[in-house]
Amino acid sequence: MINVAKIREDFPMLNQNKQMQNHPLVYLDSAATSLKPQTVINAEIDYYQNYSVNAHRGDYDLAHQVDTMINETREAVADFINGTPEEIVFTSGTTASINLVAFGYGMKFLTSEDEILLTQAEHASNVLPWFKVAEITGAKINYIPLDESGKLTAENLRKAISKKTKIVAVAHVTNVLGYVVDIKEIASICHEFGALIVVDGAQSVPHMPIDVRDTDIDFLSFSGHKMLGPTGIGVLYGKYSLLQITDPFMTGGGQTAKFDMCGDVNFLAPPIKFEAGTPHMAGIAGLKAAIDYLNAIGMDNIYAYEKELRIYAMEKLAKLDNLTIYNPDADGGIISFNVNGVFAQDVASYFNSRGICVRSGQHCAQILIEYLNTVSTVRASLYFYNTKEDVDAFVEACQEAGNFLDAYFG
Amino acid sequence: MPILDNTQMMRQIIIDHYQNPRNKRTPTDLDNYHKIHMNSTSCADDFWFYLKANQQNIITDVAFDGVGCTISTASSSIMSELLIGITLQQARYIIEQYHHMIAGEDFNDEVLDDAVVFINTARQPARIKCATISYDGIKQLIEEIERKEKNHD
Repeated sequence: MINVAKIREDFPMLNQNKQMQNHPLVYLDSAATSLKPQTVINAEIDYYQNYSVNAHRGDYDLAHQVDTMINETREAVADFINGTPEEIVFTSGTTASINLVAFGYGMKFLTSEDEILLTQAEHASNVLPWFKVAEITGAKINYIPLDESGKLTAENLRKAISKKTKIVAVAHVTNVLGYVVDIKEIASICHEFGALIVVDGAQSVPHMPIDVRDTDIDFLSFSGHKMLGPTGIGVLYGKYSLLQITDPFMTGGGQTAKFDMCGDVNFLAPPIKFEAGTPHMAGIAGLKAAIDYLNAIGMDNIYAYEKELRIYAMEKLAKLDNLTIYNPDADGGIISFNVNGVFAQDVASYFNSRGICVRSGQHCAQILIEYLNTVSTVRASLYFYNTKEDVDAFVEACQEAGNFLDAYFG
Repeated sequence: MPILDNTQMMRQIIIDHYQNPRNKRTPTDLDNYHKIHMNSTSCADDFWFYLKANQQNIITDVAFDGVGCTISTASSSIMSELLIGITLQQARYIIEQYHHMIAGEDFNDEVLDDAVVFINTARQPARIKCATISYDGIKQLIEEIERKEKNHD
């Protein structure tokens, strides 16, 4: 099991008695971005201090070492999700990864006869690229209805999918409600109808084991910064046969085998053909350190611990009578709620005044707000470095959030 | 006792203007109003602000409508009461004083009346945008009116 006290020693944001508004920092916003262990920070510094040179075809040792580091990271990412290194494309993050699939695959292959299926729970970055694909190709966007608690179920997918469906783009774990989708079953239904399953893994990959082979996912997008890694680095996994026929979203140096001024361009094979320009080398080095850190703890352990922490939180929250919780039965670390009679932002400011980081708003999932019938919610999100004491501070703040003007007059 | 010395009263004023916002409506004769849509990327605040002025540049109505937190709603409500019946130039002065207050600088508290209740906004820096969204909107509308007048001259 997990030794949280020991883990917290590894995180500069957690091991220096950091304060916010004169209270010990309680960080409950890991769904937005995770804190970083020292090893990740060191890996980035190590790149700048000890390598610092550009990758790709440098004819000297340092450049070769950077190339090696990039390859090792690609292998580490591949192992982490059970893909192969050729299937791992480095991007700037989940948003860039999804856009790559939308523009490189969707735009190329979809027609006005086709349909894209989404859910109402998707993050804007898994909606707007598909709107663009629909606008340009004439393909239709339709929604898989969620069940009454806001979950995506196989049964509802069956009701919505048809032979016209070419792409099903869904989050493995949604960022507002935090339900874990049975992605293997969803993928198998998609394939039965000849559709691709394009998975937004931003909220799942950092928190649970994921196996792209076993689940048979076609494309999987995720961000480094939500899994202890640096900002500005992310991953697109794609089945190799799909990456081969996907067009690069960006073109430029580093991705071509050769080109001439007559317009004949020969792109390199995936994944390099998608990585035009100088790679985010420091970020790639940091991502490797992040994956090493997660592996050392074990994704099974992380998932089990977060679940335990969530159950602890829900038991305590259930005793309060001033809250509306929108996802009481979710599995992961995301708790979406409102304090009755208090606007979400006022709650978040009040939590800030007590040193607690939570997020209010629509969480980039505006469509869901129509479904939940509220203009905004407060979201607390747990990660494996959170403690029961963090949860206690959170529950106490929830209990007293009616006094939210204390944030200004306390 | 001055409002600024009475935090209990300041709280009550904010809650009152949040629960019973004044001039929170969309005017029916919209054509007679200058209007601006203001929203924030950092929060859910999403408002329209409406301003009507007569030939003498006296503000005859201020209204707002939309969704926002306690701070944005109450500050819009109080602002609307402050600005109705004064000149555009006076309104500019009040807006300027309000911004001084929010920034923690010296300000003329007499012209701000109940708006002084937002003096502590900077304790929650993320809410500064909420406390100023209405003033920023109306300021832009005043500038729009002044630009139009200049073009007519």
